[in-house]
Amino acid sequence: MSDHHHHEHDHEHSELSDVELRVRALESLLVEKGYVDPAALDELIETYETKVGPRNGAQVVAKAWTDPAFRKWLLADATSAIASLGFTGRQGEQMVVVENTPQVHNMVVCTLCSCYPWPVLGLPPTWYKAAPYRARAVMQPRAVLAEFGVSLPEGKEVQVWDSTAEIRYLVLPEQPGESKGLSEDELADWVTRDSMIGVGLPQRPAEA
Amino acid sequence: MNGAHDLGGMHGFGAINPDPDEPLFHAEWERRCFALTLAAGFTGEWNIDASRFAREQMAPAEYLSTGYYVHWLHGLEYLLADRGMVTPDEMTAGVVQTEPKPVARTLQAADVAKALAKGGPSERETNTPPRFRVGDRVRTANINPATHTRLPRYARGKVGTVELLHGAHVFPDSNSQYAGEEPQHLYTVRFTGADLWGPDAEPGTSTLIDLWESYLDAA
Repeated sequence: MSDHHHHEHDHEHSELSDVELRVRALESLLVEKGYVDPAALDELIETYETKVGPRNGAQVVAKAWTDPAFRKWLLADATSAIASLGFTGRQGEQMVVVENTPQVHNMVVCTLCSCYPWPVLGLPPTWYKAAPYRARAVMQPRAVLAEFGVSLPEGKEVQVWDSTAEIRYLVLPEQPGESKGLSEDELADWVTRDSMIGVGLPQRPAEA
Repeated sequence: MNGAHDLGGMHGFGAINPDPDEPLFHAEWERRCFALTLAAGFTGEWNIDASRFAREQMAPAEYLSTGYYVHWLHGLEYLLADRGMVTPDEMTAGVVQTEPKPVARTLQAADVAKALAKGGPSERETNTPPRFRVGDRVRTANINPATHTRLPRYARGKVGTVELLHGAHVFPDSNSQYAGEEPQHLYTVRFTGADLWGPDAEPGTSTLIDLWESYLDAA
């Protein structure tokens, strides 16, 4: 048994090393050939680790919950409405916001790769990019939602948006009744990443 | 291409198992691979469709047994060799052996924020009116190109209803082959669960797919 574990560990280790070596070789080649600037690499990483993430999308949703004119604009022209909050660009060049209602629940997938609205949600989680979600979201959305702990009333329609082009979709979740009357800032804390992908619902934030 | 990337409707992958405490990157090499892929793309040597096609060309067994950033690494190595920027021998040796290819630009750190905010919109001006209107019934093509397409296998030869018009967009099937942007009208088409999956569909479900005009015919 211990031999078996030892072997598995070595196997994983050597695979990882191969990938690490390939990445390291590429980085030194690309820098030496002048194709990439090392400082730009650090800036790209820092941008997505610290500046761009689902808090952006949460601001969009919270504003839509509290400002009827913004909500109308967001549903009619999401790209411009979202840009007005400062969120634009790569992997969010053309946005569509789809609204959950008492009758309809929306969820988003990219079956062919991993298209995801970066400016409002940041980089996608591993499960969004992995085979099980991409394979199952279009055929068994209710079963998938149940795995995320979302059970919908039987009569509620489920719409799955497969992002096959450069249009990026963001779900506008229904505002929980118990959050009515809170400020936009407070509401942003109720908006989870998963609720904007459509595999979760907004949640009361944990007590600070 | 009918590759392992075209996953919609496949069985047997098991549970989704989301990790609520997942870090953005799981290892330093993922960070570097991510940044290298973005930065190298700014040289202008390829486009987003070519980069997707590069990842799709991983051998199916390898694609399905590796994670996302390994797909990216494969794609980057493929593109660099394909565009004559880095030779396979250089990648193996990790040592520069050939002159750099002149490229349009090298992304500088000071320009990162501006470049990301600008993005790369795929919409293009057109004088051609759209062939279909909202509510039209359309049938998707039955095509199986060995090259890149964004018409997923599960949606070929199916009848649906036009839901949204998005204007004309760069056509990935040609752009991925560096054969021109050939912009076409892009539509969101709604398919009911039964349209796609017959009696095995879950009740009360539909799938909305973004499809270019040449994928569609009047039904």
